[in-house]
Amino acid sequence: MKKNKSLGYEYIKGLWEINPVFKQVLGMCPALAVTVSVMNGLAMGLATTFVLVFSSLLISSIRKFIPNQVRIAAFIVVIATFVTIADLVMKAKFPELSKALGPFVPLIVVNCLILGRQEAFSSKNNPLRSLMDALGNGTGFLIALVVMGGIREMIGSRTLLDYPILPAGFEPWLIMILPAGAFLTLGLLMGLANFYVDKKKRNQQQELIAKYRKPSTTLEIKGEEA
Amino acid sequence: MDLFIIFISAAIVNNFVLSLFLGICPFLGVSNKTSSALSMGMAVTFVMVLTAIVSWILYFLILIPFKLEFLQIPSFILVIASLVQFVEMVIKKVSQPLYRALGIFLPLITTNCAILGLALLLSMREYSLIQSIIFGLGAGAGFTLALFIMAGIREELELTDVPKPFRGVPISLITAGLLALAFMGFAGMI
Repeated sequence: MKKNKSLGYEYIKGLWEINPVFKQVLGMCPALAVTVSVMNGLAMGLATTFVLVFSSLLISSIRKFIPNQVRIAAFIVVIATFVTIADLVMKAKFPELSKALGPFVPLIVVNCLILGRQEAFSSKNNPLRSLMDALGNGTGFLIALVVMGGIREMIGSRTLLDYPILPAGFEPWLIMILPAGAFLTLGLLMGLANFYVDKKKRNQQQELIAKYRKPSTTLEIKGEEA
Repeated sequence: MDLFIIFISAAIVNNFVLSLFLGICPFLGVSNKTSSALSMGMAVTFVMVLTAIVSWILYFLILIPFKLEFLQIPSFILVIASLVQFVEMVIKKVSQPLYRALGIFLPLITTNCAILGLALLLSMREYSLIQSIIFGLGAGAGFTLALFIMAGIREELELTDVPKPFRGVPISLITAGLLALAFMGFAGMI
């Protein structure tokens, strides 16, 4: 366990550095399927975060009692329990939203993001650290879903949270709220994210080169003098 | 006729991958080569038909009569996980060549949302047993079709000069988007 990383870092890293959708490419099915509007994205993101946080908390608390051979099965049972809670609460309190999300709330069980975090983090770290990690990853997932939902809703039906944003003269691009639009939006967003990261990396490299160029030239001169 | 419509609907019109977004992970992960795409598609189809039968029995003959519908999610996932394990053991015992062809793909199927999605959809739509089997068969065929087409395109993509930020997953997603657009043309069929 790395002690040198602060709790804040465990949270922050999930937002961008290891963002579930853009960087780890996990949990793609719900990210593509439910993001026809901001509201759906928000609901799905919150449901997933709820399941992720509580299963991480529980699994990291009992991690020493789970035999290594059956850990995946144990994780799945824990996750399935929380998914059932989320599904039933949603059906009771927000029936319309639950209908809009269709089978994707129960399908959180097989969301590779959740199982991935348990396997990679919660089964090795203490509850507090796992909580921060789960919150960070959940928020990262939520942000990705809301951004995608926002873009698709704005261009596809020219509204945002059912409030018209773009002028009436704008012809909505129907394709954006159809399946094809989901793939295209996510593909372009990911490309953009990669482009930004590459650019940042290149700048850092150039700064590094610039920083080390001077000492190396002085060294050369010294060598010549000797 | 009804069964035929269910099959075509699951395989082409409401394709699991390209219009319901189920099974995106293997779709992006395994679609590098046409040969492995075919093996994966076969394994998924096989497990889908078995899942359709088992989950239908579980849901309509056990969970509903005993009023245990709230246990649907955990029981489905456990049944699917044990089914996959069981299928793996049987194939290993019965046919070594088939095991070698499907081997590595079978464990991956457990966490494939297409399988659980199939079980949930057939309980939601209240299909009969025969309809469920046909539904599973159609969904599997549709999955194989999408995976195979995608693998064929990606084999060609490797030789092309894709802009650097778009290499890998992004260009695959955009390709899938164009494929989904093509599949939309089938929407008027039913």
